[in-house]
Amino acid sequence: MNLLDLSQASPQARAASPAQVQLDHQGRLRHFLDIEGLPRSILTEILDTADHFRGIGDAEVKKVPLLRGRTVANLFFENSTRTRATFELAAKRLSADVLNLDINTSSAAKGESLMDTLVNLEAMQADAFVVRHGDSGAAHFIASQITPNVAIINAGDGRHAHPTQAMLDMLTIRRHKGEFANLRVAIVGDILHSRVARSQILALNTLGAAEVRVVAPQTLLPVGIETLGCRVFTELEAGLKDVDVVIMLRLQKERMDGALLPSESEYYRRYGLTRESLAHAHPEAVVMHPGPINRGVEIESAVADGPRSLILDQVTNGIAVRMAVLSMAVSGQMKARAERRDERTRGAGA
Amino acid sequence: MQEPEVRDEYDALPDVQALLEAMTEELELLFERREIDRERLIPVGIHTGGVWVAQALRERLGLSAPLATLDIGFWRDDFGHKGLPDAGQGSQLPDIENRDLLLVDDVLMSGRTVRAALNELFDYGRPRRVLLACLLELPGRELPVQPDALGASLALAPGKRIKLEGPQNLRLTLVDTGEGAT
Repeated sequence: MNLLDLSQASPQARAASPAQVQLDHQGRLRHFLDIEGLPRSILTEILDTADHFRGIGDAEVKKVPLLRGRTVANLFFENSTRTRATFELAAKRLSADVLNLDINTSSAAKGESLMDTLVNLEAMQADAFVVRHGDSGAAHFIASQITPNVAIINAGDGRHAHPTQAMLDMLTIRRHKGEFANLRVAIVGDILHSRVARSQILALNTLGAAEVRVVAPQTLLPVGIETLGCRVFTELEAGLKDVDVVIMLRLQKERMDGALLPSESEYYRRYGLTRESLAHAHPEAVVMHPGPINRGVEIESAVADGPRSLILDQVTNGIAVRMAVLSMAVSGQMKARAERRDERTRGAGA
Repeated sequence: MQEPEVRDEYDALPDVQALLEAMTEELELLFERREIDRERLIPVGIHTGGVWVAQALRERLGLSAPLATLDIGFWRDDFGHKGLPDAGQGSQLPDIENRDLLLVDDVLMSGRTVRAALNELFDYGRPRRVLLACLLELPGRELPVQPDALGASLALAPGKRIKLEGPQNLRLTLVDTGEGAT
């Protein structure tokens, strides 16, 4: 059942760029849908704020009161235990009330349209929707069409974008490597089906990384990927040469329509990150993976669990980044609401 | 209660070193009166000016505990109006469970910063006692908060704001906000 019909969007909404939808007239974040179109200042603000939120984890009570009395609804049209858990924890650490809705097994299954579901949730006075959807553009559609007073956070849409995953990767890189200007970063694996890779490439370029590479078999490379601003490699050793950061991607087997790989064992032989292949990278290179890991397919266990692996750091940083994005977007909505209220008050007094 | 003196000129502002002297004396008496073990007292400065004042007091009082710092940005009560504060410098606190704390800020006005600081402190543990020291007090209290040690009470002319400059050679300056003066 296709829950989302993008033809429902108005011509204005379809024409609106990601930046126009995501930022208000003063350049504040209102929604977080895609890295594309966001200025470096916003990405840096997200990283700085997230860095600050990391300290909350040291407190006995791991909460701040910023979103006390606010409601965050997790709308997952597609399963994702890890992303949903970190968004839930992030909202709870901001003291928000959290609604978890598995849309596939609830109202939609009873025949209710997406629009009706969202309008009902809005009537319950939710302040933010965290949206995970199998269709590209779903979060953008909701932000531009349905809920002008609710912050929409994209938790992954189709093959399009996964901006909070990209930002938690950026936070992990910055905390271990400092600024981006001197960094060479290789993204390795299933680029074709990955919404994360596209967001990572855009984020790294916006933040000024020296070089972004993608490494994959030809069958897992989207046509024209280099136009996003990256060098393309089809051989692992060449792609890893002297890089400072290696980001491995999961093989998205569930999104593959046909046999794009001869076998998992051959993939591992040619593209798996092992101690031997990692030796081609810079001696202090760090290793990342968005998870869940397919051990012995994408990465050798000794590397995944080794001293250069930042995989568990990524999970911790994921909570901090999602706290930053939620609080910034809800703050943007609240300030916009306050400004509209002030204008009405002035208008009434005039 | 004595009315605070109105200051509207730079030259009329008090000397910070003299205020710190007065606060040190007041705190020494307080420690004695309330039998506070200064070996176990943790000084906690509220970013940014409060950290500078707390460091100066820590040296003058000969406190041995390292300086703790508190960034109350995420505990402010004006998120709905002002939005998210700029990312600050974070809090650095040791284990505060059952310890005596000396909470320090540069200026006490509405009392909301101190309230936020107390909220934050209790998220890190349950201190035994919290003392409050402020370099300056200005009119405009909105919450029932009173300092245990105070440098001076001032009232500013309309359109003026006071600022502590530091961290070295602490000094007070008047800033013209461009608001309120008629």
